[in-house]
Amino acid sequence: MDYAIISHGPSRSFPDGDDFLTNAVREASITVHVGGGAEADTAKTAVLVELTTECLGVYTGEDAGKEGSNMLGFARYRNGDDPPSNLIELVRQPNSDEAALDAARAVFEGAGFQVAISADQQGRIIDRLVRPKYNDALRFLDEGLAAAADIDLTCRLGLGYADGPIERVERGGLVHHYEVSQRLFETYGTPGYAPARRAQVAKQRADNNE
Amino acid sequence: MTSQIKTVGVCGAAGTMGAGIAIVAARAGFKTICFDTGEDALARARKQTEGFFGKSVERAKMTEADQSAALAKLSATTQIADLADCDLVIEAVFEDLKTKQILLEQLDDVCPSHTLFASNTSTLSITEIASGCARQDKVVGMHFCLPAQLMKLIEMSPGLNTSDESFQAAWDWTVQVGQMPVRTQDKPGFILNALLVPFNNDAIRAVEAGVATAGDIDTAIKQGLGYKMGPLELIDLIGLDTQVRLCEAFYPITHDPRAATPPLLSRMVAAGHLGRKAGRGFYQYDDNAMFGG
Ligand SMILES: NC(=O)c1ccc[n+]([C@@H]2O[C@H](COP(=O)([O-])OP(=O)(O)OC[C@H]3O[C@@H](n4cnc5c(N)ncnc54)[C@H](O)[C@@H]3O)[C@@H](O)[C@H]2O)c1
Repeated sequence: MDYAIISHGPSRSFPDGDDFLTNAVREASITVHVGGGAEADTAKTAVLVELTTECLGVYTGEDAGKEGSNMLGFARYRNGDDPPSNLIELVRQPNSDEAALDAARAVFEGAGFQVAISADQQGRIIDRLVRPKYNDALRFLDEGLAAAADIDLTCRLGLGYADGPIERVERGGLVHHYEVSQRLFETYGTPGYAPARRAQVAKQRADNNE
Repeated sequence: MTSQIKTVGVCGAAGTMGAGIAIVAARAGFKTICFDTGEDALARARKQTEGFFGKSVERAKMTEADQSAALAKLSATTQIADLADCDLVIEAVFEDLKTKQILLEQLDDVCPSHTLFASNTSTLSITEIASGCARQDKVVGMHFCLPAQLMKLIEMSPGLNTSDESFQAAWDWTVQVGQMPVRTQDKPGFILNALLVPFNNDAIRAVEAGVATAGDIDTAIKQGLGYKMGPLELIDLIGLDTQVRLCEAFYPITHDPRAATPPLLSRMVAAGHLGRKAGRGFYQYDDNAMFGG
């Protein structure tokens, strides 16, 4: 299915040279906005907006739970600085246009991605679920529960994870983890999202070096 | 001290974990005494063990000679007194503090003073399990993963009164039987369950909060993070009632709100949606094949 890209800046989902960018056409009934911007266009089948930590509602406005249009959000999941994964979180609102959803799914699946549909809630699916786990793992390290390598090995051997939480969050960047967790914490207020001390230290060091 | 361990006792050896642990010990050449309360259950476990070794031979993971040798190492009893010759006793009885404490007190009377006691508890404190026993220095946490006969990981935890020598001896034994031990403190859920139980609860809360369907959550976690199973598939496999019991074990100790039983979980258990074993949990199952979600 054809789609056109409208770039507002560098994209976290599709780094320069990504096939998804190069396979786009100039004009199509589906427009994909990347790099932090969007324009409504009700004449299109679907207007897809790349999201980072913000909600789709920031672009569409909200209407007491009745919001929804042909404008949908998306993010290709990426662990901080790691290369992007194959997963697209496709973000809908309560009254999102079903034809727009079908078209968006067709575009992304046609490009070889797996699609998971998420409500327009802070952290979507993955960050909402994994950030508290990374905070716990970092706290366990501070508390001496086990060595970092053993925490990681336990998750790989015992749970079949591709990598452990400490190695993963450190590879993705503790500052990135801080920023994502802090946004979640501001929204939900529950302690599990409060950025772990090690992430706070990394953030302070990054700020001091700026 | 490792070389001094020749005979291993497994308490609760007719259960899911005990039967697997007995396989690990016997397969590595240790004389293994399987102790449980009922003869029928022990006989059933023996049949399952024979079936497991049979499959291992079929898959060329062990020879027929190794199979016969391993089976010859295994004996079963309902008499705790038969554990008198054990150098190491691993308990995998019900996850109940009193049951485990009473068992260790009885073992104290039966076993010689050098015998090490190991607990396979998932959520209880090793120090508390050991507290009624006269040899607290010889009690260690030895948490195998399900299925024990296939999973290499063991979380090893010393209690507050465990001696370094006992811990080392138990550790060395786990290496000798081909397992991979990691050291953790004696804290609720050690590493594995301390991370997993709240994470699984969060996934249930995400379904309840309308973030996504169970299927979309599992897809996202598997594709985005490379996990072999999504959290909701995993909870269906573990059993939703078991997840409630895990929450009930953790929350009163940790007071971590993420460990508290999610309301949706309680409702699903009340409705009989217990997961795979009930044919319905976060997914529906038909002849064990998964559909929907
Ligand atoms: N099932 C798991 O996924 C898993 C994983 C790791 C650790 N564990 C831990 O392993 C232990 C056993 O769990 P399970 O799932 O195998 O339970 P289970 O119910 O399958 O087996 C328990 C066995 O213990 C026997 N038993 C109970 N009291 C006894 C006693 N006083 N003396 C001798 N035998 C007795 C029972 O007859 C039963 O056969 C628990 O501490 C649990 O937390 C379970």
